[in-house]
Amino acid sequence: MSSDTIDVRYVAKLARIALTDEEVERFGAQLADLLAHVDALAELDTNAVAATAQVVESRNVFRSDDPAPCLDRETVLSGAPQRQGGFFRVPRIIAE
Amino acid sequence: MNELVRRGAGEIARAVRSGEVRAREVADAVLERVDAVDDRVGAYLTPLHELARAHADRVDRRLRDGEALPLAGVPLAIKDNMCVTGTRTTCASKILEDWVAPYTATAVARMLAAGCIPIGKTNLDEFAMGSSCENSALGVTRNPYDPSRVPGGSSGGSSAAVAACEAAIGLGSDTGGSIREPGAFCNLVGFKPTYGRISRYGLIAFASSLDQIGPLTRCVEDAALAYDVMAGYDPMDATSIDRPVEPAAPALRESLEGLRVGIVREFDTQKLGSELDGIYRQAYRDLQALGAELVDVALPTADYGLATYYLIAPAECSSNLARFDGVRYGLRVDADDVQAMYERTRAAGFGPEVKRRILIGTHALSSGYYDAYYVRAQKARTLIAGDFERAFERCDAIACPAASQAAFTFNAKSDPYSMYMMDYYTIPMSLAGLPALSVPCGWTTPPGGTLPMPLGLQLCAPLFAERLLLGAAHAYERSTQHARRHEPPVEAVSR
Repeated sequence: MSSDTIDVRYVAKLARIALTDEEVERFGAQLADLLAHVDALAELDTNAVAATAQVVESRNVFRSDDPAPCLDRETVLSGAPQRQGGFFRVPRIIAE
Repeated sequence: MNELVRRGAGEIARAVRSGEVRAREVADAVLERVDAVDDRVGAYLTPLHELARAHADRVDRRLRDGEALPLAGVPLAIKDNMCVTGTRTTCASKILEDWVAPYTATAVARMLAAGCIPIGKTNLDEFAMGSSCENSALGVTRNPYDPSRVPGGSSGGSSAAVAACEAAIGLGSDTGGSIREPGAFCNLVGFKPTYGRISRYGLIAFASSLDQIGPLTRCVEDAALAYDVMAGYDPMDATSIDRPVEPAAPALRESLEGLRVGIVREFDTQKLGSELDGIYRQAYRDLQALGAELVDVALPTADYGLATYYLIAPAECSSNLARFDGVRYGLRVDADDVQAMYERTRAAGFGPEVKRRILIGTHALSSGYYDAYYVRAQKARTLIAGDFERAFERCDAIACPAASQAAFTFNAKSDPYSMYMMDYYTIPMSLAGLPALSVPCGWTTPPGGTLPMPLGLQLCAPLFAERLLLGAAHAYERSTQHARRHEPPVEAVSR
């Protein structure tokens, strides 16, 4: 297992969280410490072991594709930070 | 204090059904109790006085109409990561501070349908990430047994509420120990059923392959009553288990005759110091005195549970919490472009522990690290679950500590990893999806403290063996009565 130091600025970019310089330093040290602890997993021989995603009754779940009542638009939009008419309002995504 | 607030859920439901007391009287007594003590305890983020009284009146009407309500008039505390229509549901996070839920979680809906009265929404570590409630962005919760100490976490608001008689049942969620540890810290029964037994619909997700709802109660009977109401398939949760639930309340036992209880070789309690070692050894002897046969079992990979958990849970958290992006609900911090809006919203909305877990999870799932971290952790999870399978060939249940110490003082675990260690004994069961609970097993006055603090014994059983688990815990509780030895001194605490 790799115990490379974590590139906090890059990971924060992926996670869409703006960090201050102080946070980059503090989280960098804390996360490197945590990664050093989880490196212990390298001691386990897992070559012949299947990965477990979910422990109880793994099965596919289907439902019939029938229309059913759901939350109405007004209720859902009432929790949005910004709206415009019947839509969520967001900053421009595609440049002119 | 009105003596009604001290009663357990079973006692209250029987009294309300028989007409001895009205649900509305119970609601008024408990709300009065909340008004009297919660400024010192801090269990509730959002008390629901009006809703509680309306529900209580409805319960009284439903009883007059002849409905059978198993939890008639039982005051319920609801962890604030569970949705209740029309109430603020915050996850103790600034990102959801003003968000009002548009629907009700299935587990809560079932409790209300059974006659419970919703007293309020309780504090937690932000998004259920923590073991002390100190990661809440919205309030401080104190342990009713010593206000200089934490109530445990992440379901610490619910545990404090029940311990301080501000509710009879507290709903919690347990991802790596978040019901069992606060249960142990607050002299309660904290019960996490088998993964998938209780619907997660309406529980705001942290780590979806681990999250499970369960009750915090002052006795095992109440835990069984709550489980019997909440357990069962829900089409709204694709991971909920579609198989019949055998009610646990009728199967509570007085003896452990014929039960083989595994004592885990790797969980040597001498590591906890001589006092705690003595208390846990006595607990094992008490199980034996009730008729159980003690069996030595091995969980050789359990020691890797913490490392496994702190890859899997953050990975799932980084994915689940991606939905908090300032668009559909909660906080938004404006910016000219959408990328900056996401980054500023999440920077302002999430606290440090949530940020740390999102970052570590994002790292573990990122290109180049996925196999080394996430997949390897999933393989370790297979090994840990296999350890339990082999152990359960030799025993019917496992007994071990719920936590390595009693409730600690505020700011005692400022290093993140030392806080994570609090879940050392509870995480392996979570990774294996097993039903487990903590039940009071003794008292200790921690170094530097002056007040006796409770300790919890953890019992764990094979998948779906909730009846056996609750039955055994009941026999132990009945014969030992540890919980009754001390009252929470919250009344005596000066403002």
